[in-house]
Amino acid sequence: MLSERVIGILADSFLKILIPGLTVTIPLTVISFALAMVIAIAVALIQFAKVRILKDIARFYVWVIRGTPLLVQLFVVFYGLPNIGILIDPFPAAVIVFAINEGAYCAETIRAGLEAVPYGQMEAGECVGMSYMQIMRRILLPQALRISFPTLANSIISMTKDTSLAANITVTEMFMATQRIVARTYEPLLLYIEVGIIYLVFCTVLTRLQRYGEKKLGRYRI
Amino acid sequence: MILSVSGVTKAFGGTEVLKGIDLSIDKGDVVAILGPSGSGKTTLLRCMNFLETADSGRMEFAGSVYDMHSITKAEKATIRKRTGFVFQNFNLFRNKTALENVTEGLIVARKMPKAEAVDIAEATLEKVGMKGWASHYPSELSGGQQQRVAIARAIASDPEIVYFDEPTSALDPELAGEVLAVMRMLAEEGMTMVVVTHAMDFARNVSRHTVFMENDYVVEAGDTESFFSSPRMERTREFLNMEER
Ligand SMILES: Nc1ncnc2c1ncn2[C@@H]1O[C@H](COP(=O)(O)OP(=O)(O)OP(=O)(O)O)[C@@H](O)[C@H]1O
Ligand SMILES: [Mg+2]
Repeated sequence: MLSERVIGILADSFLKILIPGLTVTIPLTVISFALAMVIAIAVALIQFAKVRILKDIARFYVWVIRGTPLLVQLFVVFYGLPNIGILIDPFPAAVIVFAINEGAYCAETIRAGLEAVPYGQMEAGECVGMSYMQIMRRILLPQALRISFPTLANSIISMTKDTSLAANITVTEMFMATQRIVARTYEPLLLYIEVGIIYLVFCTVLTRLQRYGEKKLGRYRI
Repeated sequence: MILSVSGVTKAFGGTEVLKGIDLSIDKGDVVAILGPSGSGKTTLLRCMNFLETADSGRMEFAGSVYDMHSITKAEKATIRKRTGFVFQNFNLFRNKTALENVTEGLIVARKMPKAEAVDIAEATLEKVGMKGWASHYPSELSGGQQQRVAIARAIASDPEIVYFDEPTSALDPELAGEVLAVMRMLAEEGMTMVVVTHAMDFARNVSRHTVFMENDYVVEAGDTESFFSSPRMERTREFLNMEER
């Protein structure tokens, strides 16, 4: 099975898959996740603070995003919005959808983290004269993020793999690059396993980073 | 008189927990509040620092008068910056070191330059015997050590008055001793303190005034000496006899 031809294809394709991985998949993951965190923190704060109307909006957002498939969201933004005159390039469209999608999940994670911080921390902050936002920024949120860290790390690992869905809206990330080589060479089994292994390596690196991060953060126990 | 409250009432879901409390505290006074469990001692302290909002009551503090029910955020902040609060379960900021726990209120709430805040925090930690532990996180400290850091946090801003809610009741007797020693020292230095406590020794030997609360009322209040030697109310005598055993 591993004829010279096949080995040649695998060796040849390796860089052709890896490079879009490094230049598209990883940036897509990192940028989307960073934006997702901004959204998630804002939404979590709104839900935690229980501001009426804002909270309803936040809940609606989480409800819609978590209740619809990521693939459908990608299609709505990339193929649907042009109908009403909104054209977005593939990469930014993917970033927007991944950020909004992941933001909803991470918002729930962080909200749960905030709720897990004992109320005494807030009261202690009040008693030393700090304002709500000061306590939030310096005491509650850091602890909530510490509590949420493993779950958030899990989310970014999932997201790394989910970026392969961006192939469906013509983003030439790793998976799309593989599909193209398969179309030329007719070696789907080996090539799809090859790209799978590269995803596995990416995720392994992230898992290592997670462990390292937990150790770094672990000096104060929650 | 530095602080007085009058007519403080508070109900939780229809149950009255405070039924019109009056209390007046002089500068340098050490007031012990005694009473059986559930008599409303914690609730009173929490109302006095606005962790709970009283249903009614009037507070006079440092020359200004406040309505305790409709007090504004700004007024609360003003008063809190001049008071300290020590919790039964310490409530140290878990993501901050001992030193940062003390500097936080100075730097963030009072906008003190960092270097000055660190100097003050180090001196205050030294005072409570915790200087060597400045870079430790709360999870790395014993209960007694945490409470001493919490006291340092409460007194670092040089407050006019410090509230203590059963500061030793979560501690083993030995660790409680460390904390009581610190509180005794503060009392001797003239710190104004209001202390809810079950530590009869402390009430008897350190406090200048003693207040006995029961069933949401102040049953008896007076100077500590006569409170313990010749209580006026029958109920106070019963309580003291029970606690002595
Ligand atoms: N947040 C709350 N919600 C409802 N009821 C409360 C609340 N806080 C206190 N209570 C009730 O108010 C009463 C007085 O409570 P408080 O904690 O002030 O008593 P205490 O004198 O401090 O008692 P202890 O000596 O046990 O600490 C109790 O019956 C308690 O159950
Ligand atoms: Mg109590």
